[in-house]
Amino acid sequence: MDYLDVLENRTIYILREAFNRIERPAILWSLGKDSNAMLWMVRKAFFGHVPMPAVHIDTGKKFPEMYAFRDHYSREWGLDLRLGECPPVEEMDPTLPPAARSAARKTAGLRNMLAVEKFGGLIAGIRRDEEGTRAKERVFSPRGEENKWDFRDQPPEFWDQFKTEFPPGTHIRIHPILHWTEIDIWRYIQREGIPVVDLYFAKNGKRYRSLGDQDITFPVDSNAATLDAIIAELQKTKVAERSGRAMDHESEDAFERLRADGYL
Amino acid sequence: MNDVLGIAALALKADTHPPLKVVMVGHVDHGKSTLIGRLFHDTGSLPEGKFEAIKAMCDRRGMPFEWAFLMDALKAERDQGITIDVSYIHFRTGQRECVLIDAPGHREFLKNMVSGAAQADAAVLVVDAKEGVQEQTRRHAYLLYLLGIRQVVVAVNKMDLVGFDEARFLTVTAEVKRYLADLGLDLVQTLVVPVSARDGDNVVTPAASMPWYDGPTLERSLDTLHPPPTSSDLPLRFPIQDVYKFDDRRILGGRIESGHLRVGDVLLFSPTNKTARVASIEAWNTDEPVLAARAGQSVGITLDEPIFIERGQVASQPFNAPMLTNVFRGRVFWLGHKPMLPGNRYKLKLNTAEHLVEVQEIERVVDVSDLAKGAADRVERNSVAEVVLRSRGQMSLDPFEANLHTGRFVLVEDFDIVAGGLINMDGYADQRPGQVQKSTNIFRVAHRVPTEDRWAANRHKSGILWMTGLSGAGKSTLAFTLEQYLFRKGYQVYVLDGDNVRHGLCADLGFSPEDRVENIRRVGQAAALFAHAGFVVITSFISPYRSDRDRVRALAPDDFHEIFIDANLEECERRDPKGLYAKARRGEITDFTGISAPYEPPIFPELRVDTSQHSVEDSVALLADYITSRFDL
Repeated sequence: MDYLDVLENRTIYILREAFNRIERPAILWSLGKDSNAMLWMVRKAFFGHVPMPAVHIDTGKKFPEMYAFRDHYSREWGLDLRLGECPPVEEMDPTLPPAARSAARKTAGLRNMLAVEKFGGLIAGIRRDEEGTRAKERVFSPRGEENKWDFRDQPPEFWDQFKTEFPPGTHIRIHPILHWTEIDIWRYIQREGIPVVDLYFAKNGKRYRSLGDQDITFPVDSNAATLDAIIAELQKTKVAERSGRAMDHESEDAFERLRADGYL
Repeated sequence: MNDVLGIAALALKADTHPPLKVVMVGHVDHGKSTLIGRLFHDTGSLPEGKFEAIKAMCDRRGMPFEWAFLMDALKAERDQGITIDVSYIHFRTGQRECVLIDAPGHREFLKNMVSGAAQADAAVLVVDAKEGVQEQTRRHAYLLYLLGIRQVVVAVNKMDLVGFDEARFLTVTAEVKRYLADLGLDLVQTLVVPVSARDGDNVVTPAASMPWYDGPTLERSLDTLHPPPTSSDLPLRFPIQDVYKFDDRRILGGRIESGHLRVGDVLLFSPTNKTARVASIEAWNTDEPVLAARAGQSVGITLDEPIFIERGQVASQPFNAPMLTNVFRGRVFWLGHKPMLPGNRYKLKLNTAEHLVEVQEIERVVDVSDLAKGAADRVERNSVAEVVLRSRGQMSLDPFEANLHTGRFVLVEDFDIVAGGLINMDGYADQRPGQVQKSTNIFRVAHRVPTEDRWAANRHKSGILWMTGLSGAGKSTLAFTLEQYLFRKGYQVYVLDGDNVRHGLCADLGFSPEDRVENIRRVGQAAALFAHAGFVVITSFISPYRSDRDRVRALAPDDFHEIFIDANLEECERRDPKGLYAKARRGEITDFTGISAPYEPPIFPELRVDTSQHSVEDSVALLADYITSRFDL
């Protein structure tokens, strides 16, 4: 087994644990490279099937290319797609900086969907290397009654024994690709031939490294127009992956506050 | 600006080899976070602008530059000044990619330390040159040992505070090495490096301040470590994670924890002892059929026969199977807020299996500061202890030393994982042999004389009086006296005695746990035959294992009477009729019950006879009363 096989096999193990131990799991599909790679591994884990609903929390502000991608591949991959709508920004915490306040809509949309669908677990494609607070995450990460993340008192997690018991009224976030890095994901996408939204590839000296809402996501300088070029770029770059995400940079703790409140 | 502290995407060359996972541990304030900050900066692994951003933040707060902030990504931690959880950071030495796992030094955050360290291939133990080995230094080293980490680099930090003194370094080195050696950590692998994290001395750059040191820097030391070998060479262990029914195929999903399997292999499933052949290895999006799979792979297989399989069963080769038992000794680290107490019940998770277990005994609690073992009636949070756990059903497992994947477990109380532990089967037998019938094509033939007719002719019922107890408790004395008494009363009665059967029926057996199990199995079968023949059969065997006695009871559930011949160990040792205790104490006999092998007393015996309280005559009278009231017709 090479390194990507090691990563992939662990992800499949985690996905199967989630499917077996968690009542009514759903998989979050942001349409980004990470959740596409994750969905790919769901199909590997379950022999071509995606045996749980795929949830897209739609802020209504994604790029047109992303909506086109969603419509095409939800059909091609036979997804049971559930769309979650987000309340307007005026209803969000006004003390948050502007971009974080906008991003908070997604948390609210997610919360509304959870309230309706009563999912016992949400499978999300976050990675430890993306950002400081995500580096501290557990693979099976419990959320309290208000979807809150108590990062000060997280459950122990070792030997691939996960927290699969929790009191009623709470749910669990499952992070099957927590142990992958950005370049691992791109190498895997290349090896497996996984489709991604075109916006990741450079046009006119710019490309998106991370995809979010149109108004709060910005491209980075790059000429990487192919998978090979992206991988070569990542081997050299010292620019952070989420540098184009406005809400990460507004204040020291904006993103942490978002996450403690239930943001992915 | 939040990304400032982060850990952000450091895009590093992805090798075909997995990165080496290194955990940093050590006593609080011995300088772990500073050392990590230095290591990152000096290996050129920091993202652009990080150093400047941290500097700006420190300036804004009016404090000197603080390397530790690199790790402490959460605001709460910065305010408290301690690392509260595990972080993972990728970086690169000159030779290889590494993932650094930072674990907190604060005692109450043990669970986070365990969560981080359990995934590591190797560890860096940071020790303050001035303070030397402290309580958490020992605790963390001990946990590394429990978690199975055998490669350790020791960084003796803050050498600047002791004037870069070689003698002080050698003293601390000797102190650390002594403790690690007591634990059994491999000293050949243990490099000890004097560093000053604050100034970067011997972190990446060899230090001019310590000309007496000619060993590798910390960075070079990491290059000497190796990822652990794979478990492909061990016997096959394939715990079933789930059974899927997709497209009319019944697929058994799971991860191969050790060994390998091929299409066509015969698999034995534990604990059911059923076998079937691998018909196919299922895969999606592959060009060619998969014919083999090995340790580390999450696979799906189909079988040639529709035997009953569920999550938690373990597939193995037929002749290299895991042990089956309902009891084992575990070395546990306790993370629960409530103490572990004897008699408490927990959910045990062992790979994908779950069992309800009861704490039969807390044998000792380990003091990690001097490794002394003390008796205790409870295990408190953050302690390490040796305990005996018992389940109702059969558990498939391996001793930790034989297979780390199937030799460790966690305990769950309410909704939380409260302990991790390693399995030790010393003194306990594999219970599988007693459950497998090797001969086939054997048919039972019905007797024409029913047992009830024999009872009527004898004017008493038959049955098994199973005496169990320590050597010297008085089993044989009471058995033979009782036999004589009953015979005179006209009973069909016979004694099967431990020493006697070992001259014939069981002459080929020794006293290992496995042989003891087989000894009792044979005696049980013989006793059941006597009972069918209409006899009252009295057996006199130590029969230390509860599971063995339960198995005999299952042969004749209505006619089995468990008689606990009870005398405490001190009394038995004082009597010592055969001089065996003395020999065992001198180490001349191994596996001696009560001294070097366990005795599991009955929980609900039909009758308990306390021979340290009653004379032989009184005890026989008690037994005779019991028998005549139940057996006379």
